[in-house]
Amino acid sequence: MTLNAAITGVGMSDIGRKTNRPAMAHLAEAARRALECAGLTRDDIDGISTYPGKADNSPGMSPLGTGEVRNALGLKTRWHSAVPDGPSQMAPIQVAAMAVATGQARHVLCFRALTESSSQTATQRASIPGAGRARLGGWYSYLVPANAMSASNWAGWMAQRYFHEYGMTREHLGLVATGQRVFAQANPSAVMRTPLTMDDYLGARMISSPLGLFDCDVPIDGACVVIVSAADAAKDCAKAPLTIEAMGAALGSQETWDQRPDLTTMGAHDSAADMWARTDLEPADVDVLGLYDGFSIFVPFWLEAMGFCGHGEAKDFIAEGNIGPGGRFPVNTGGGQLSGGRLHGFGLLHEVCTQLWGQAGGRQVEGAKVGACGMGGGFIAGSMLLRRD
Amino acid sequence: MRPLPELTPENTAFWTGGAEGKLMIAFCSDCSHAIHPPQLVCPKCWSEKVESRAVPGTGTVYTYTVNHQPWAPGMAVPFALAVVDLDGAPGARVTAEVVNADPESVTIGQKMKVGFLNLDDVWFPQWEPAQ
Repeated sequence: MTLNAAITGVGMSDIGRKTNRPAMAHLAEAARRALECAGLTRDDIDGISTYPGKADNSPGMSPLGTGEVRNALGLKTRWHSAVPDGPSQMAPIQVAAMAVATGQARHVLCFRALTESSSQTATQRASIPGAGRARLGGWYSYLVPANAMSASNWAGWMAQRYFHEYGMTREHLGLVATGQRVFAQANPSAVMRTPLTMDDYLGARMISSPLGLFDCDVPIDGACVVIVSAADAAKDCAKAPLTIEAMGAALGSQETWDQRPDLTTMGAHDSAADMWARTDLEPADVDVLGLYDGFSIFVPFWLEAMGFCGHGEAKDFIAEGNIGPGGRFPVNTGGGQLSGGRLHGFGLLHEVCTQLWGQAGGRQVEGAKVGACGMGGGFIAGSMLLRRD
Repeated sequence: MRPLPELTPENTAFWTGGAEGKLMIAFCSDCSHAIHPPQLVCPKCWSEKVESRAVPGTGTVYTYTVNHQPWAPGMAVPFALAVVDLDGAPGARVTAEVVNADPESVTIGQKMKVGFLNLDDVWFPQWEPAQ
C-alpha cells in the first residue's frame, strides 16, 4: 500500500547554539534550500504546515506560526495547518501528506523553527512547560509542580524502570551517545563534533538519573523545512520522490508521562504497530533509521517499538553494533539530536531523506532505499516509512 | 518558586486534601474505577458520578529518578522524584518529590507513605519511606 504523497525536498538552516539570529531568518534559509532541493519555486508552494504553531509554551520553542511565515515568505498558499496535538512533531508532515492525498494542496511546506538556545538564560531554562505562568493546567500540572519539571525527569523514570526490568546499564546508553557522535563527526552541520569517548560519557554530570549530560539532546537555534508533494506533482521535481509508504500515529494511553501502565514502552509502540499494519514491508527491508532521541533511552524504545528487536532486547541489539556506523540498521546517521542538535525530529527526517537520495557524503549508507522515521517520546509518537523507488 | 496548579472542579480535592492530611483520589461511584489525573466523567463507563475519596496514602515505588539539574533559580538539588503505585486505587499512580530520605536510597519496589507541602492554597503530595 502506498499513500498518494511523497517527500520532494528538504532544507536546513545553518543551525547552531546561541546564533542570536531570528527564527524567521533561519526559516527563510531552510525554505530556500528545500525549494532548491526539490527544484521548485515559492510559487509552487500552495500549503503550509507546522508543529505546534506559534505558542507561548516555552522560551524559543515555537516562535513562528503559519500566518507570519506565509506573509514573510510571500507564499500563495490555499491550505494551512498548525498542529499542537497529534502524532508528535511528525504531525505536520502527516497532515500535509493527507492534504496532498486529498487534493487540498500540491506542494506543502512543512516547517519547524526553534530558537531555544538563544532563548536560554541563567534564569530562564528552555523546555520547562508552562514556564512563567502563574498557574498550570493540563497534564503537566501534575508533574511540574511536583518539581518533575523537565522531560529529562520523565524520561529518567522510563529509563530507570527499563534498567530495572531488562538489565540495561548506562554503558548501553553510552553506546548510543558515542555512536551517534561518530556519525556527527562526518556531518558538517552537526553542532557537537568533537570525539566523545565512553569515559567522557560516563564521567559527565548527571542530569536526572540514570540520564546524564550526554543522554540529553542539545537545544539549538535553527529551522528545517520538508516539502510534501502529491505523487503526480512530485514527478516534476528535481529529485526522485520519496514515496510515503505508510504512516502511524498513537495516543494509545493517557495523555501524560507517568500513567502508561508499562513505562518500559512508549506511544512509539502503538504508533509503529499502526505503521507496519499498513504496509507489506518489514523491518528487514529498512536500510536507514531516524529515531527520536530527545534522550538516549528513546532510541532503544523506538528500536523495540519498530520491531528491529524484541522487547527487552535492545541492549544486546545495540551492543552488537547494529545501529552505529557500519551497522545493519544505522540510526541517526547525521548525529541525531544528541550530537546534531534538536530540531524536534525534523532533523532526523532530513537526514533519512538525504540518505535515501544518496547525498550523505562520508556517512552515506550504501544503496539506502527504504527509511524509517519515528518521532516523539512518552505518550506522543508518529512513524513514517519512506521508499525510494 | 515552585509553580502552582490551577484548581478546577475535578482536581481541587486532590490538591487540597492534604489540608486534612488526606490523599484524595477520584473514583467512579458506579464502576469503582480509580481516575488519575482526576476527571469529571469516568473514562471507563462514562458515568458522571465521580467523587474523590481518601486512600490510605501509602504505595509502592514503580519508578523514580534523582534530579541533579537546577531547572529554576534557587532549586535545591539533588532530589528524588518517585512515581508511586497507590494502595487502594488500582491502576492509579501519583508522582511526587521524595522527602526525609537520601535521594540515592530510593529503590523500585520500596514502600512509601504520603505527606504534604502547603504552598498558598495547594497541598502537594510528597513521599517518604514508610517505616
